[in-house]
Amino acid sequence: MPKSSPDSASLLTMRGIVKQFPGVRALDGVDLDVRAGEVHCLLGQNGAGKSTLIKVLAGVHQPDEGAVVFGGRQVRLTSPTAAIRLGISTIYQELDLVDGLSVAENVYLGHEPARLGFVSQSQVNRATRELLAGLGHGEIRPTTEVGRLSPAAKQVVSMARALSYDTRLIVMDEPSAALAHDEVANLFRIIRELTAQGVAVIYISHRLEEIREIGDRVTVLKDGRTVAVGLSAKDTPTSQVVSLMTGRNVEHVFPPRPRPGSHDGRPEVLRVEGLSVPGRVSDVSLTVRAGEIVGLAGLVGAGRSEIVEAIYGARRASGRVVLNGTPVRGGNPSRAVRAGMGLAPEERKAQGLLLDQSVMRNISLSSLDRYARFGWIDRDQEASEARRQIEELGIRPPHLDRPIKNLSGGNQQKAVLARWLINGRRLLLLDEPTRGVDVGARAELYAVIRKLADEGIGVLLVSSEVPEVLGLADRVLVVREGRVIHESDARDLDEHHVLDMIMEGMPA
Amino acid sequence: MSDSSTPAVDEQAPTRTRDSMPRATTWNRLGEIPHLGLIIALVLLAVVGLVTVPGTFATASNLVSVLSLAATIGVITVGATFVIIGGGIDLSVGAVMALASVWATTLATQSFGPFVMIICALLVGTGAGLVNGLLISYGRMVPFIATLAMLVAARGLAQRMSDRKTQLIQQGNQVIVDMSTTRVLGLPVLVYIFAVVVVLGWLLLNRTTFGRRTYAVGGNPEAARLAGIDVRRHTVLLYALSGLCCGIAAVLIMARTTTGSSTHGDLYELDAIAAVIIGGTLLTGGRGTIVGSILGLLIFTVITNLFILNGLNTADQLIAKGLIIVVAVLLQRRSLTSRT
Ligand SMILES: Nc1ncnc2c1ncn2[C@@H]1O[C@H](COP(=O)(O)OP(=O)(O)OP(=O)(O)O)[C@@H](O)[C@H]1O
Ligand SMILES: [Mg+2]
Repeated sequence: MPKSSPDSASLLTMRGIVKQFPGVRALDGVDLDVRAGEVHCLLGQNGAGKSTLIKVLAGVHQPDEGAVVFGGRQVRLTSPTAAIRLGISTIYQELDLVDGLSVAENVYLGHEPARLGFVSQSQVNRATRELLAGLGHGEIRPTTEVGRLSPAAKQVVSMARALSYDTRLIVMDEPSAALAHDEVANLFRIIRELTAQGVAVIYISHRLEEIREIGDRVTVLKDGRTVAVGLSAKDTPTSQVVSLMTGRNVEHVFPPRPRPGSHDGRPEVLRVEGLSVPGRVSDVSLTVRAGEIVGLAGLVGAGRSEIVEAIYGARRASGRVVLNGTPVRGGNPSRAVRAGMGLAPEERKAQGLLLDQSVMRNISLSSLDRYARFGWIDRDQEASEARRQIEELGIRPPHLDRPIKNLSGGNQQKAVLARWLINGRRLLLLDEPTRGVDVGARAELYAVIRKLADEGIGVLLVSSEVPEVLGLADRVLVVREGRVIHESDARDLDEHHVLDMIMEGMPA
Repeated sequence: MSDSSTPAVDEQAPTRTRDSMPRATTWNRLGEIPHLGLIIALVLLAVVGLVTVPGTFATASNLVSVLSLAATIGVITVGATFVIIGGGIDLSVGAVMALASVWATTLATQSFGPFVMIICALLVGTGAGLVNGLLISYGRMVPFIATLAMLVAARGLAQRMSDRKTQLIQQGNQVIVDMSTTRVLGLPVLVYIFAVVVVLGWLLLNRTTFGRRTYAVGGNPEAARLAGIDVRRHTVLLYALSGLCCGIAAVLIMARTTTGSSTHGDLYELDAIAAVIIGGTLLTGGRGTIVGSILGLLIFTVITNLFILNGLNTADQLIAKGLIIVVAVLLQRRSLTSRT
């Protein structure tokens, strides 16, 4: 680690960056200072401006004010190509892969190794295979169409793309949000290899334990301003970081649970018998009682999302799904919704949001019939309900008419959940509901989910974060390779125990 | 980590409101008027008309002829706007309109009187649209292919039914023709029918669950499905609606030409789709407006009118239309990127 003054050793210095969007000052004078070979963590609440800042750095947004010095020279990042040429590559929060192209074509999109203008496909494939192998994912074939990959595999592909350039700085915007535990370990291994070669990494995450593990220094943003620079990632207490981010102390992350066994007498909201999805899920049976939160723990790709989607009728499956004592015919989510289910899907951008539409229209999408008579929408009622939903989940900014694509990632996630905060739900299927949501808002979200359960709704929760499943759920099912291998009260489990089971498949 | 730089913590960052609007200049506010570009284009065309053919352009009779011309394709454009916002495309509109006009004017149908003729046209149109929708939704055919097949088949059927002859509306059924000859406040009745269809289409798109779902189905079908919308059923309804509009258009063209014919509506699909695109609706679905489509259509119709009035030939007219499509799409691309 260089001992000289921070500025001379800096690879990147950003000073007084201001970025104004119509109606929002997303960045209001941000400073950032990154050294070669370090992992610099960027922290802040949802909407603090992290993604906007890295988009300025990537040449996507042009700052209104401020200066950027990279490698000792003042630079102007006028376009993504300009940034890449300087050696800055970016993995965006919302993956920007082209679904219809192959893995290799995505990795080398725009900079195909060509000879005399001809792209040599075999050469592209070979180079891609090497990159993927270096990332520990030799099993992803360069010729596979990206649209067929899981979210985690897509994350690996965008990583490969970032590495396919000759880079001095890699920016990662919530790379771990779509990754499971062991994948995160793999990611960290790659990051360490990069920094050992002198590459700098800017790392954004809402999982503070990751910061401590991988980070060297921390910059905290709040409301578009830098509130702390150069904190030591290892030595700064988490509580201090959290209070810098949120401006308050966040305690009691998980809401109190009802006593064990208190659901025993309650009616079954959901009974699933012998559910199978060919190749993904085999013979899963489970129940959820009124007021109960049941967690599905497991690796990404273990089949948890498939289970939830099959229950919802969004996937072809065999087996029986009974809601409140009435069998639900599969094959069509609209029947499930009419019967009282709701699903917050795993991938908000691909499966949840209408990006071109306003926040209100996204939130009211699944409840339009309640505000309508003979198809005619009562817009006042729609707006007032949407306002309540926005309020309940603390979506920022709380405007109805803003296009949802202009919201920060965490706030978009909350909008996906807000859609189901409506009367008449019996069962909510929540697939990674806190992906990309900041610590403070997470606690609020947990409280909302618990409150829904207390009102008598059954909740089936999928999460890759084991502590989240253990802290929030009443009962936990461990899923591995499409089967439920363990079931018990959440209080009888600890994190290591669950991790062992999901990795090794050891029964309890 | 030993670190020489002490953490600098900015304790009293002033809590300024970040939601301040930027100063709205007049220019900014102008940019917010919807369809401003289209309106300007229409005004410019009117100016061209006033300059080049001052004697004939701004006359009542010319206005009537422009609007009557716009009415038929206009009704089809309303249906096409729904289909395209819903992420599809309907190439069969002109052919379906022709088929409906032929079916409604066969001697057999005509013997039941004008009311049955109108019902017949509407049913034929809706039926053809339903077939399109079913093929696309449940037969999983690509909209382009399914409606292309319908285009060919409907034209063929129309030719067979009419034996390639133009079928005149008979004396007893003049009520239909009256729609183009009777005038209320100086405008023929069919223009009012067009206006009613536009208003109903606007209301359907902007004020009902059907309209909202159309945007959702076109914008992100997977998200729409997971939000509980029956995407397949909705798609069928969209094409049926487009078919119904073709049926209405068939009645209007029967009124205007006093005939039913298998040659009616040739290339109307291109005019309708072009109008929708010029009006700012994305072919990828999920975005667009009725008002934009109608303005796009009026621009097209006025251009045709100007070419005719100036005695220019139709080849140049086609070239001009092609250029306008390109310019319109380029301009929209620019305004889209500058906003995001
Ligand atoms: N294109 C845009 N147009 C208008 N406002 C925007 C745009 N992009 C971002 N914003 C706003 O700028 C602010 C900062 O957003 P940003 O995405 O940078 O937050 P973030 O720190 O990355 O949050 P998260 O942790 O939720 O991803 C938010 O208030 C957001 O609504
Ligand atoms: Mg972000």
